[in-house]
Order: sequence, then structure tokens, then C-alpha cells
Amino acid sequence: MANKKMTIIASKGSLDMAYPPLILATTAAAMDVDVTIFFTFYGLEIIKKNNADSLKVSPLGNPAMPMPVPIPTLISSLPGMEAMATSMMKSMFKKHGVATVQQLLDMAMESGVKLIACQMTMDVMGYKQSDIIEGVEFGGAASWMDIAADADINLFI
Amino acid sequence: MSADIKADQVLDAKGMSCPLPILKTKKAVEALAKDQVLKVETTDPGSKNDMASWAKRTGNEILKVEEGSGTFTFYIKKTA
Repeated sequence: MANKKMTIIASKGSLDMAYPPLILATTAAAMDVDVTIFFTFYGLEIIKKNNADSLKVSPLGNPAMPMPVPIPTLISSLPGMEAMATSMMKSMFKKHGVATVQQLLDMAMESGVKLIACQMTMDVMGYKQSDIIEGVEFGGAASWMDIAADADINLFI
Repeated sequence: MSADIKADQVLDAKGMSCPLPILKTKKAVEALAKDQVLKVETTDPGSKNDMASWAKRTGNEILKVEEGSGTFTFYIKKTA
């Protein structure tokens, strides 16, 4: 039986939003699904060299984010709040035995997940191919579309 | 009954959260020969359903699941 196929478009580069594409990709690969992730816009941050564990999360504009005490929006915009929220989230993840973004990325690559970086957004943001980790392919919407058209599952995150 | 099941390898995935128990299980099962048995211990409450889905999807067989106080023990036979 041929393997099922899945593609994921990873378009976000905050710490919290880097998790869903990598969790789903690694899990799918472990369930014998052939996975492709297309990194575009801020999703490129996940595959920039030495950057996966430097992603941040901001409490600003996210009223759902759990905080130890209620924090007014204006306070959330102060310097240091982003760093605080980021370290808080990282320690929560660590406490609960959640893998880091870098670990999930490594496991995705190890299990044969295909990674494609969007060349157009790289150009727009001024990233060079050498800024991106080894093992990533470069392409545009058509590269994704070609794979997605034959895939069983396609997700935009 | 569990005394009858002999594990060829043991995987300690206690304290790990989704998706690590599944990723580690996949890797450990891949290293087994066909019909060998992996014993996996987890504490992730989601792992009970996750492991069943994983086994169904990959064609491996869960011989037995034991629930302790906050722990789950799976005996997985490599049948795929």
C-alpha cells in the first residue's frame, strides 16, 4: 500500500506557532505518511540557521495566553514582556516534557520530512539560501502545488 | 497474563509529552526484528489513544495495555 501524503504550509514564526507544523509533521512521518513542509513568510524563521530555539512569543494581541496574573494590554507592550512570555512558555514546555522546536526540526529531518523554503518570501525578506539550514529545498507556490495536488492532507498553519 | 508477554526491548517514555512517546516508539519498533515485542512506559494521558492510532496506522499490534497510577504500559509487537 502506498503511503499517505501530507503537506503543511508553515507561515508563522513565533515560538507557539512553530510547534503545530513540526508536531504534525513528525507524528505523520512516524505513522508512515510522506510529509512536505513549505515554509513561507515568518515560517522561514524556523529553518534559519541557529534560529529554531530563538523563536519568541508575545503576550501582545493574544488575550488567550495564560499569564500568572492578568496583565493589561498596555503593560504587555513594555520592553521585556516578550522575553518574559518567551521564557515562561519555554519553561512550561520543559516542565511538561515537550520537545524543543530544534529537537522536533531535527527529528523531522531525520525521519525524511521534505522541507521547502519559499524563495519569493526569502527574496522579499532579504534572506540568502546560505541563511537557511542544510537539507532544505527552495521553490515557489508551484513546487508546493505539485505535491499538494497528490496529497491526502494539506494544512495551512 | 502480562507475565506471558516477554519484551525484547523496553522504552521509557515517562515524563514525555506528545508527540515524543510516539516518535520514540516508532524509532524503537523500527530497530526490532519482525514479531519482536517492545514494552513502552508512558505517563502522557493522551498516549493511550495515540498509541492505538499509531499502531492501527502503521500495522503494528498492541498486545496489551496496562494502566497503573498515572502510568501506561504498552506491549507492542512489530507486525509490520
